[in-house]
Amino acid sequence: MGTIIWYLIPALVMFCCGVYGFMTRRNMIAMLISLELMLNAVDINFVVFNRYLYPGQLDGMMFTLFAIAIAAAETALAIAIIINIYRSAKNIDVRDVTRMKF
Amino acid sequence: MDFIIPLLILAIPLFNFLLLGIGGVKMSHRLAGTIGCIGMGTVLVLSYYTAFNYFFSGNEAFIIDGVRKAATIFNVTWLEFTKNLVIKLGFLLDPISAMMLIVIPTISFMVHVYSLGYMKDEKGFQRYYAFLSLFSFSMLGLVVATNIFQMYIFWELVGASSYLLIGFFYTLPSAVSASKKAFIVTRFADLGFLIGILILSFYTQTFNFADLTNNPQNVLLSTGGATFLGGSVLTWALVLIFTGGMGKSAMMPLHIWLPDAMEGPTPVSALIHAATMVVAGVYLVARMFPLYLMEEFALQFITVVGAITALYAAIVACTQIDIKRVLAFSTISQIAFMMVSLGVARPEHHEALGYMASMFHLFTHAMFKALLFLGAGALIHAVHSNNYTAMGGLRKYMPITHWTFLIGCLAIAGIPPFSGFFSKDEILSACYSQSMFWGVWMSIVAGMTAFYMFRLYFLIFWWDTPDYSHHHHKPHDPKFAMSFPLLFLATVSVFAGFIPFGEFVTWNGHEYTIHLNTVIAVTSVVIALLGIGAAYVMYSKKNEWPARLAGLVPWLWTAAHHRFYWDEIYLFITHKIIFNGICRPIAWFDRHIIDGTMDGFAYITNKASVAIKGFQSGKVQMYVWWYLIGALLLGAITAVCWM
Repeated sequence: MGTIIWYLIPALVMFCCGVYGFMTRRNMIAMLISLELMLNAVDINFVVFNRYLYPGQLDGMMFTLFAIAIAAAETALAIAIIINIYRSAKNIDVRDVTRMKF
Repeated sequence: MDFIIPLLILAIPLFNFLLLGIGGVKMSHRLAGTIGCIGMGTVLVLSYYTAFNYFFSGNEAFIIDGVRKAATIFNVTWLEFTKNLVIKLGFLLDPISAMMLIVIPTISFMVHVYSLGYMKDEKGFQRYYAFLSLFSFSMLGLVVATNIFQMYIFWELVGASSYLLIGFFYTLPSAVSASKKAFIVTRFADLGFLIGILILSFYTQTFNFADLTNNPQNVLLSTGGATFLGGSVLTWALVLIFTGGMGKSAMMPLHIWLPDAMEGPTPVSALIHAATMVVAGVYLVARMFPLYLMEEFALQFITVVGAITALYAAIVACTQIDIKRVLAFSTISQIAFMMVSLGVARPEHHEALGYMASMFHLFTHAMFKALLFLGAGALIHAVHSNNYTAMGGLRKYMPITHWTFLIGCLAIAGIPPFSGFFSKDEILSACYSQSMFWGVWMSIVAGMTAFYMFRLYFLIFWWDTPDYSHHHHKPHDPKFAMSFPLLFLATVSVFAGFIPFGEFVTWNGHEYTIHLNTVIAVTSVVIALLGIGAAYVMYSKKNEWPARLAGLVPWLWTAAHHRFYWDEIYLFITHKIIFNGICRPIAWFDRHIIDGTMDGFAYITNKASVAIKGFQSGKVQMYVWWYLIGALLLGAITAVCWM
């Protein structure tokens, strides 16, 4: 049981880096990378818990695979949006994209 | 009898209504008119066939040992609420419904044909024919109803189609208010009808006419002697049902809608407000007649209401200027004749002669009153005015209209050998056999009928010829589409009186041979001739007599001219008492309490959203901050609670 912590700590660090990056970076591509970081941290958690707590089952693994597939699609979408924003604003600074408000 | 033909009689007008109502916009006037006329013509042939079959086939289902039976052709369950509360739709053939199967399609077909000319180039021509079909469907459904609920359904449908047709010229404010008035007044009366139906069916556990009228004693027994406010519940039920008939048949005090209903196109007045729909009340009482016989009070109520209405309408008809209104009041008066006739009918007196007389008069009146209205339509078409003041001397210009109108007037006045004489004579005989009082009363009204009809006739066709030169063309007889119905109905009005009506329609199905009571016949003809003579003296040439006579009793003349202020009374009651006393407080409550509550909710929601809308700043990273803070707070709360 002692070893599980050595997997969870990096995942936590990754997640916190992701959150920090998502909130502080102004470049949308960088924010997207931070988002991926968070997702991957969660994926690691899934795999680790599945491996250590229920070694006989594969639910966590499947979830991870699923999440990776979704993340890939989502990234493609996000980049498409960012490219379109760039085309119209010549800029991908998130502080400049504030028109979607009340 | 096969059920296909009766079903078609109802289905064709309904189909035509849907076809013309939905597809009419895309049709030319000619096509829509042709479809309407062909449909109605088919119905006419089928109904004649059905009625002929009923009266003459000698089929066991229709006549056994010389006694005519009611036959249910089909009766399907439409709604089944509980075991007893079942509403059926069906087709009942008995003497009166078979008779109505002749009257309604005949008049309706004539009006369909007439309208081809009268409504030519009118905007909404297709809609007009759609409504005519709807009306024909509803009226036919009403007369063949097998149960009182089916009758009620179609009763409301004829009311609705009457509303639609009165308000046909919906850009005229007067037509709109007339249609509303007709609808509201008859609806109000129908409330009584509905309550009557509910009371009756609550005690008898049935809607079926057959169950109700075949054993009226059982109905009386089933009420178990229950009473309400001093009257037995059966009396109440019958009087309330009669209230519905009062509304539709324009009996006092619910007559006020009929004169205004003349705002509709004239053929509509002929079809609905003279010949068919307004006799629905008479038909209803006739349909329930064996039940009414159980309650002396209900019959006397009918007699009194009818007699007062007949006299009232006859007086008012003598003073109206609008020719359609004169005809409207004469319709009210003639329907009142039928009502009185039903009210005085007793099996002890000549096998309930009044019942037969009433149906006979219904038949002949439908023909000659439709004729008079269609004639009035031709006159209005020719001089472009509803008032007799714009007419006069027209006999030279419009010979066909003149002669047919004269035949109609002679028929309604009761001059032999025209049809009205025979039916009215039977009614008077029935009245005299019940009581001298009502006999004399109705004889006087019959004399007044002759007077006001010939006043109208002389004022239109004789009197003083006004200057017609400012018209584009001199007044002239209408084209074939309009003159054919006039000639046809005039022919019927001449000969219908010779139909041995008693062989076909009696209250119990037994044959009854009409024999004229010479004394009554001679007196009524003399009275009618006196009325005509008075009208001739006063109105055949322009003179001062009418004005002088009106000046003799100015208050009576003014009051009659204003229809004895019934409209004003209604306006006072509705506007001053009901609106101020009931409607205004309710409106205040609605506006301030109900709306206020709703507005309050909306106001709070609105204010709250304005207050917090700043959160949606468009800055994505701020959202993440708030989300994070929220998530941490929730986590903290969960943790604290856990401890």
